[in-house]
Amino acid sequence: MAQGTNKTYKVPIGPVHVGLKEPITAWLDVDGERIKDATIRPGAIHRGIEFMARERNPIQVIYLAERICGICSFSHIVAFTRAVEDATGIEVPARAQYIRAIVLELERIHSHILWAGVACYTFGYDSAFNLGMILREKVMDVLEALTGNRVNYGTGTIGGVRRDITPSVEKVIRDMIAFYKNEFGVFYDVVTDDPIAKARMRDVGVLTGEDAVTHCALGPTARGSGLRVDLRWSSPYEAYCDMDVKPVVPQDYTGEVRGDVFDRFLVRVLEVYQSLEIIENALNGLPTGDLMWEPKLTKLLSFLKQADGTGLSSIEAPRGDDTHAIRLTGGEDNVTWWKVRAPTYSNAVSWPIMFRNNELADSPLIINSIDPCISCMERMVVTDRSSGHEQVVTRSELVERCREKTRRLMGR
Amino acid sequence: MTLLQFKVVAGAALLFFALLLSLLFEGVDRVVHARMQLRLGPPVFQPFYDVLKLLGKENIVPRRAIPWAFNGAPWVSAAAAMMILLYVPMGSLPPILAASGDLILILYLLGLSAVAMAVGGFASGSTYANVGAQREMTLMMSYELPLAVVIVTLAWFSYRTGMPGEPFSLETFVGMPVWSVVGWTGLFGLVCLLAALLAVVPAEVGKVPMDIAEAKTEILEGLICEYSGRNLAMFKLTFSLRTLVMCSVVVSLFFPWTIGLRFGLEGPMLFLADFAFFWVKVFLLQIIGVTTIRTAFGRFKIWQASQFYWFHIAGLSLAGMVLLSLDVIL
Repeated sequence: MAQGTNKTYKVPIGPVHVGLKEPITAWLDVDGERIKDATIRPGAIHRGIEFMARERNPIQVIYLAERICGICSFSHIVAFTRAVEDATGIEVPARAQYIRAIVLELERIHSHILWAGVACYTFGYDSAFNLGMILREKVMDVLEALTGNRVNYGTGTIGGVRRDITPSVEKVIRDMIAFYKNEFGVFYDVVTDDPIAKARMRDVGVLTGEDAVTHCALGPTARGSGLRVDLRWSSPYEAYCDMDVKPVVPQDYTGEVRGDVFDRFLVRVLEVYQSLEIIENALNGLPTGDLMWEPKLTKLLSFLKQADGTGLSSIEAPRGDDTHAIRLTGGEDNVTWWKVRAPTYSNAVSWPIMFRNNELADSPLIINSIDPCISCMERMVVTDRSSGHEQVVTRSELVERCREKTRRLMGR
Repeated sequence: MTLLQFKVVAGAALLFFALLLSLLFEGVDRVVHARMQLRLGPPVFQPFYDVLKLLGKENIVPRRAIPWAFNGAPWVSAAAAMMILLYVPMGSLPPILAASGDLILILYLLGLSAVAMAVGGFASGSTYANVGAQREMTLMMSYELPLAVVIVTLAWFSYRTGMPGEPFSLETFVGMPVWSVVGWTGLFGLVCLLAALLAVVPAEVGKVPMDIAEAKTEILEGLICEYSGRNLAMFKLTFSLRTLVMCSVVVSLFFPWTIGLRFGLEGPMLFLADFAFFWVKVFLLQIIGVTTIRTAFGRFKIWQASQFYWFHIAGLSLAGMVLLSLDVIL
């Protein structure tokens, strides 16, 4: 692969690759080690979850929504339940809103620490990866103490939450906050002071603020490019209405924005501190009262059966905006339709820009830098295995098919 | 028994011993590495299990590979790495092939084993192996300069100061520690050379931060991407042998002290004590020079590594060369 001859070679990263957590393929056009262009081919892990929901009632879909993603499971059910609440006009008690916010922030902490560790692992810094995993255990323990589970918490329900924060759990959470305030700095220093880590992340996978706007980047990816976007700040929900959450952007801390992997790393690590603060505030202001709008499940189900309407909700998941839309039809048990747009769906669009003029060695780091959740994102790929024919659906075709499907659904 | 027969038997015994020792050191290295990361780590004998298992596994040759190069490379590579041990004096024992090889041969054998690995990578017919092989070659070209400067400087120094023995022979440096010959300027020069040589070690042995050719999260183990079964076992042996060899060369050049005479031992006991002490030194150097470094850092990119060797480490070795020359001239 002679460099400078303008001849490029195709190198696939994925679908299964050591540096990637989930299957996705990036076809890279490389000239020597330099990436000229990239094509992203998702489609390896589509599970048809939205379709499965149509054979289930809203309560059952909660458990389905929780399994969209292993990391941001609670974000998905909060987005889902909020969509249902929006459609049916259910009021969530104040205490439940606060508990939701606390669990959301706990989840953000665990997601961000996991991501930071994996990013270090991607460029061979195994010690930082292990340190990150050890630190993450603490928040996993707290989640287990609070909900009984480490990953899929089963804590949210329509109209409230199913687990209360008892005084003993509150103590565990406060211990965790103190622990992270002391210990997390070590991890932060280890990575930001390490010359090799800095050399690997600085000016790699640059996404300028402009590109981030035009390519609809969300969450930490957009904030890493210096955009002040945070749904907790711009359209607060749940307990965030009572708090002052400022978007974390690198220019406030380092004085400059480069939009590279290092900035994204910085944003995520600093957001851990922000989350600790939010949890502390939420615990201090935890109101008393009910946990659920309707504790009796059968009563809730019969109410949901009668409900008729369309609901939309968008919340700030650890990776960006998680949007759920739902349609319930009066007199029907099951969800009529349900749409999920996970943040990776938007962020993945920026990949080709980030890849350009970087090196082959950076590619897994760049893929990981948006914290991709491929199984959240997967929608469709049209293949015909027998004839080896693969069809790419163009945008206009897709829009037309969407409209057709919506028409079909509405006419039901 | 003639001398030749004796040499063959002794050589075979030594190589077998070194093979086991290199795997043992690798196992300890992994445990120490894990403990530094607050993990439990694998059993100490895990590398033995790995190699034994791989020896019994099917050897798959990819369809697009060139079979003779693909199958031959691991053997050439392992043999070259092994042969070096025949030229390294161990404690007060002279090398088995003492008269027929010196430091230059050792450099070439190290080079040969690295090139054989790259040939295996190129012959695999896989994109990742190809990238890995290119990286290995680039890395080699980068670290050869400081390595050559260190060796040549030491040889020139031993020649000018009249250290007994051939200038390029390892035995010269083992017979008389260079530290005892130098003055104050030379001492700094030697420290520079030692630092430069230690910086070359990770690249020679293919460990973090210089495991660029085998970067598993980037190019899926690169060079050895397509290897399996017996061939992979040979590569595993090569990696641990190269670590052992590189560390024993550094020990012979810079830390040649023995303990036998100090305790007034005689005869076979003297040789045995010095032999054991030599491997203890190699082990300590491996823990410091390889294990600690690979725990403390992440991986370089190939151009960063090249830059590091061509500018920083070459500069360091040249500084050592100038200081040592000044020491001789003044």
